[in-house]
Amino acid sequence: MSTHTMSPVTPTSPPDLTAGLVGATLQLRLGGAWFPVCDRSALIAGRGVAALLPDGRQVALFMDRAGRTYAIDNRDPYSGAQVLSRGLTGTQDGRAFVASPLLKQRFDLETGRCLDDDSVTVTVYATRVTS
Amino acid sequence: MPDTTSRPTIVVVGHGMVGQRFLEALAERGTTGRARVVVLCEEPRPAYDRVRLSSYFDGRTPDELSLVEPDFMDRHGIELLLDDPAETVDRAARTVTSRAGLTFTYDTLVLATGSYPFVPPVPGRDATGCFVYRTIEDLLAIEEYAKTARTGAVVGGGLLGLEAAGALKGLELDTHVVEFAPRLMPVQVDDGGGAALLRTIEDMGLTVHTGVGTQEVTTDERGAVNGMTLSDGSVLATDLVVFSAGIRPRDRLARDAGLRVGERGGVAVDERCRTSDPRIFAIGECALAADGRVYGLVAPGYEMARTAADAIAEVTENANEFTGADLSTKLKLLGVDVASFGDAHGAAPGCLDVVYADSRSGVYKKVVVGPDGALLGGVLVGDADAYGMLRPLTGSVPPVPPEQLVLPPGVGAPAALGPGSLPDTAVVCSCHNVTKGAIAACATLPEVKKCTRAGTGCGSCLKVIGQLLPASGDSGLCGCFKHTRGELYEIVRTLRVTSYASLLDSHGREGARGGDGCEVCKPTVASIIASLAPTLGLSGHVLDGEQAALQDTNDHFLANLQRNGSYSIVPRIPGGEITPEKLIVIGEVARDFGLYTKITGGQRIDLFGARVDQLPRIWDRLVRAGFESGHAYGKALRTVKSCVGQTWCRYGVQDSVKMAIDLELRYRGLRAPHKLKSAVSGCARECAEARGKDFGIIATAEGWNLYVGGNGGAEPRHADLLARDLDDESLVRLIDRFLMFYIRTADRLERTSAWLGRIEGGLDHVRDVVVHDSLGLCGELEKLMADHVAGYRDEWAETLDDPERLRRFVSFVNAPDAPDPTVRFVPERDQVKPDLTFLTLEGVTAR
Ligand code: SRM
Ligand SMILES: Cc1cc2nc3c(=O)[nH]c(=O)nc-3n(C[C@H](O)[C@H](O)[C@H](O)COP(=O)(O)OP(=O)(O)OC[C@H]3O[C@@H](n4cnc5c(N)ncnc54)[C@H](O)[C@@H]3O)c2cc1C
Ligand code: SF4
Ligand code: FES
Repeated sequence: MSTHTMSPVTPTSPPDLTAGLVGATLQLRLGGAWFPVCDRSALIAGRGVAALLPDGRQVALFMDRAGRTYAIDNRDPYSGAQVLSRGLTGTQDGRAFVASPLLKQRFDLETGRCLDDDSVTVTVYATRVTS
Repeated sequence: MPDTTSRPTIVVVGHGMVGQRFLEALAERGTTGRARVVVLCEEPRPAYDRVRLSSYFDGRTPDELSLVEPDFMDRHGIELLLDDPAETVDRAARTVTSRAGLTFTYDTLVLATGSYPFVPPVPGRDATGCFVYRTIEDLLAIEEYAKTARTGAVVGGGLLGLEAAGALKGLELDTHVVEFAPRLMPVQVDDGGGAALLRTIEDMGLTVHTGVGTQEVTTDERGAVNGMTLSDGSVLATDLVVFSAGIRPRDRLARDAGLRVGERGGVAVDERCRTSDPRIFAIGECALAADGRVYGLVAPGYEMARTAADAIAEVTENANEFTGADLSTKLKLLGVDVASFGDAHGAAPGCLDVVYADSRSGVYKKVVVGPDGALLGGVLVGDADAYGMLRPLTGSVPPVPPEQLVLPPGVGAPAALGPGSLPDTAVVCSCHNVTKGAIAACATLPEVKKCTRAGTGCGSCLKVIGQLLPASGDSGLCGCFKHTRGELYEIVRTLRVTSYASLLDSHGREGARGGDGCEVCKPTVASIIASLAPTLGLSGHVLDGEQAALQDTNDHFLANLQRNGSYSIVPRIPGGEITPEKLIVIGEVARDFGLYTKITGGQRIDLFGARVDQLPRIWDRLVRAGFESGHAYGKALRTVKSCVGQTWCRYGVQDSVKMAIDLELRYRGLRAPHKLKSAVSGCARECAEARGKDFGIIATAEGWNLYVGGNGGAEPRHADLLARDLDDESLVRLIDRFLMFYIRTADRLERTSAWLGRIEGGLDHVRDVVVHDSLGLCGELEKLMADHVAGYRDEWAETLDDPERLRRFVSFVNAPDAPDPTVRFVPERDQVKPDLTFLTLEGVTAR
C-alpha cells in the first residue's frame, strides 16, 4: 500500500498569482493591460482549467485542438457555482463552446452567449500567448 | 349530491379482457358518470392479460399482467366485486344475485363471462395432476405440481395446447402433445404449415402424437395421474396432464334465465350485441355473434365491447356494429412464428394457393388468391414477418405478383412491398380496429398508442406502425457523427481506433472533422474506448492522454459534482458488507474533512462537500484503510446490492452476500452505455430488490435465477427472467455475455431496460444470442469480459501514484494551494449543507 504526502489544507493567502511562470504564457486582457495567468503547457486541448484573478473573480481557460485559447467567466450563471472550467468543450458550426457540467447549457467561447438561451451571456476575456 | 336512486344501474357479469375493455368504452363515452356500474368478477383479481398468460413463466408477475390501471375503478366510480360470481339472473325482477348473496337490480345487464376449457369426458379426467390452462390460478397450480413431476402431457395440439406445452417444457418437464387431428393447430394452419410446425417443435425436444385421441387417464393408488391410454392402444406414462381440447362459451346464466342460446352454445346476440332480452347484452367469448359464430379471440371481443357500449350509451353517429370479424392471428409458439389471416384454408370458390416451403428451416408460407388476383388469406409458419403487411392487404389486389409475397427476400425480384402501398382505409391494428390513415396522422409511437390504442393489444402490428411513422430522419449520435453508438463501437473495435480525434477525423460528419467534437460524443466515445481498452491494448486509465479531455467532469475528477461545485465521494462497499473498522474510517474521514454523510439508496455511504483539491487527500485516507473510491458517477457498474441471505436469514437458500461481492468486484470499472446496477437476493422474498436492476439474481434451491432489464428511476420496469437454476459458474458466464452484448449494441444513455424494449426480437433475441449462441458471439463476448477483469485497476489509487495526474486536482491553475472560496457551507441538522444563497447573489466575487 502506498503512502502519499499532501499539501496542507490551509490556503496561503494572498496567493502570488503569477509566480513561477516560465516559457510561453497565456495572458488575459484585464482593464486595458495583459495579465499573465499560466504556462501554456498547463492547458490540455479540449479541457478547461480555472484561474483566480487579482480582484477575486475566477476565469475559465480553454484551448481547442487548433491551439486557439479562450477565457470566459468561470461562474455558471444558472447555478451560481464556479464550474464552467470543468465543462466539456466542442465545436458547433466552426465555433468553440463549453457545456456547463451541471445542467449542460452551452456557452460560445468567443462571445460568451448561451447557445440555449439568448438572454444569458457570460463575460469573455481576450487572450494571447506570449513567450 | 347526485341522486343515486334515479341513476340507472348497469351490471356487468365477468371481468375478463372484454369486460374490462367494455368498462373503458363506457368511461370513454361518459356513461360511467351517469349510471351506477357494478361488476361481478369470479376470479380473485381484476382483469388481466390472458393473451399473455404464458409470460408468467418468463417471469412476468400477475400484477404486471393486470389490464386495469390502479385508480381506474375509483376514478370512474365503478363498483368491482372480486371473487364473487353471479349465480342467478331473474329477468322478471331484473335482478342478479351473487354467490355471496348480494342482489343487484339492473336496468342493463352485460354478460362477459368468457369461456371455459373443454375437458373431454374421459375416465380419470378429475384425477390429481389434471389441469386446464385458462387463469393465473391454473398456472400457479401447474407450476406447483410440476415441482414433483418429470413428464407432462397436453391433450390438444391447437394454439392453446402448444402454449401449454411450451410452459411445461419451460418447467423442465419431458413434454408430450396429443392431438386428435392429423396435424398441429388444425384450425389455423393447413397441412403444409402443420408439417413445418411439427418439425420445428420436435427439434425442440417435444414429443408430438397426432391422429390419436385420449381414452383414459390412469392413476396410481393415491389417485394421482400416472399415465394416459391413447386411442391406438398405446400407453403414455405421465405425471401431469393439461387439457386444452378447445373452449366452450360460458352461457349457463343465460340458459337458466331463458335467453336464446346457440345449438352449440353461446348467448345469441344481434349486430348491436343485444340478446333476446333487449335489456341484456352479451360480449366476448360467451356471445354467439350475429354471423352465427363464437369468436375465441380477443380482437373480436374488443369490437363487441365497443359495440355494446355504443348501444348502451345511445351513440347514434357512426355507432359500432358487430357483424363478424376475421380470425387472423399471429403468435409466437415455442419460439416459432405462426400466423394465419383471412381465408387461410382457401374455402372461397375458384381460389388458388401460392406456396413456398423450406422444411430444412421450418418455413412455410402460403397465400390464397381469388380468381381476380385479390389476396384472400394465408398461412405463415416459421417466418411471419410479412403478416403485418399482408393482413391489411387482404381483400385487395396486391401491388406485386403473389409469388413475391411468399418468396424470401433476395430470391427473385425483391418484394417492393412497404406499408406505403396500403390504402388509408386498410386496418393495420386489428385488435383496436385502427386504420393506416389514423396511424399516419400521429407523429410518434407513444402518440399512436395514446390516441388510437393501436399496438397496445397483441402487438403484432407494431412493425408496420413503425414503418408508417415519419422516420426520425437522422439516427446519428450527435451533430458530429452520423453513426449510432452501436455502429461507433463496431468501428472502434474492428478498425482498432484508439483515439477520439482520429475517429472524429476519419468517421465524423463532413463539417465536424478536424473540430473539437461535442459534449455528447466525447464521453460516449471515451466510454467505448475505455470498455475496449484492454482489448485494444490501451492503458485505459481515464485520466490518460487524450482520454482526459473527453470525460465528463465526474469522470475527470473521479467523483460526483454537486450543485455548489464541490464533489461527493462514495467509497465502494461491495455487496453492502462492511467491517466495523471500515465504518469507523469513513466516519473519521468525514469528520476530519467536514463532509456531510448520508446512507445511499445503493447500500453505501456518500460523503458530500469535498473541494477538488481535497479529493486526493480523501482518497489517500480511504485507500490506506483498504477502500477504493467507487463509481456513483460514470456510466459504469454502480453497486451490487445484497440481502443478508442464507448465512443469517432463516429463509435464505444461497449465500447472496458472497455472490454480490464477487459480482461487484468482477464488474467494477466496466464502462457501459449507461450505468449498470445489480442486486442479489437470497430467496424469492427478494429483499435486495434484484428485479429492479439491470441484472438481478435471485437464489433458488437449485442455484440462481438471472433476471435482466430491470430499472428503477423514472420508468420503472421489472426485470425479465433470462435463465433459471444456474450454478455459480454458469451464472457468471451468462452475465459476462449479457453485459458485453449490451455494451456492444446499446445506444448512448440507454439502460438495459430500454435496450431490451428497443432491439428487434427483444428478450428472446438476447436469450438466443447469449444462451444459445445463435450469432456465434459468445466466445468473443467472454473474452472481452476476461480482458476487462484482468485489466482492472483502481483508478483512484493510480491517480494518487502519479504526480502528473495529481496536478489537475487544484481549484486554480495559478494558485495551486488556494481553495475555492466560493465553496461554502452552512450548518443543518448537525452537519453541513451548501451555502446556496451565497452562490446565487448575482455578481458575487469572493475575496
Ligand atoms: C446518492 C444517491 C441518492 C441517495 O442519497 O441515496 C443517488 C444520487 C444520484 N443519482 Fe440516483 N442515486 C442513488 C440511487 C439511485 C437508485 C436506487 C438504487 O440504485 O438502488 C435509483 C433507481 C434505480 C435505477 O437506477 O434503476 C437511482 C436512479 C437514478 C436515475 C434514473 C435512472 C433511470 O434509468 O431512470 C438518475 C439519472 C441518470 O442516471 O440519468 C440518477 C442520477 C443520480 C445522480 C448521479 C445525479 C447527478 O448526476 O448528480 C446523483 C448523484 C449524487 C452524488 O453526487 O453522489 N439516479 N438512483 C444513490 C446512490 C446509490 C449508490 O450508492 O450508488
Ligand atoms: C393461454 C391463452 C392464450 C391466448 N392467446 C390468445 C392470442 O394470442 N390471441 C387472441 O386473440 N386470443 C388469445 N386467447 C384468448 C383470449 O384470452 C380471449 O379471447 C379473451 O380473454 C376473451 O375475453 P372475455 O372477456 O370474453 O373472456 P375472459 O377473459 O375469459 O373473461 C371472462 C371472465 O368472466 C368470469 N366469469 C365467468 N362466469 C362468471 C360469473 N357467473 N360471474 C362472474 N364472473 C364470471 C371468468 O372468471 C373470467 O374472469 C388466449 C387465451 C388463453 C387462455
Ligand atoms: S431475500 Fe430471502 S434470504 Fe434474503 S433477506 Fe429476504 S427473506 Fe432472507
Ligand atoms: S393488431 Fe393487436 S395490437 Fe395491433
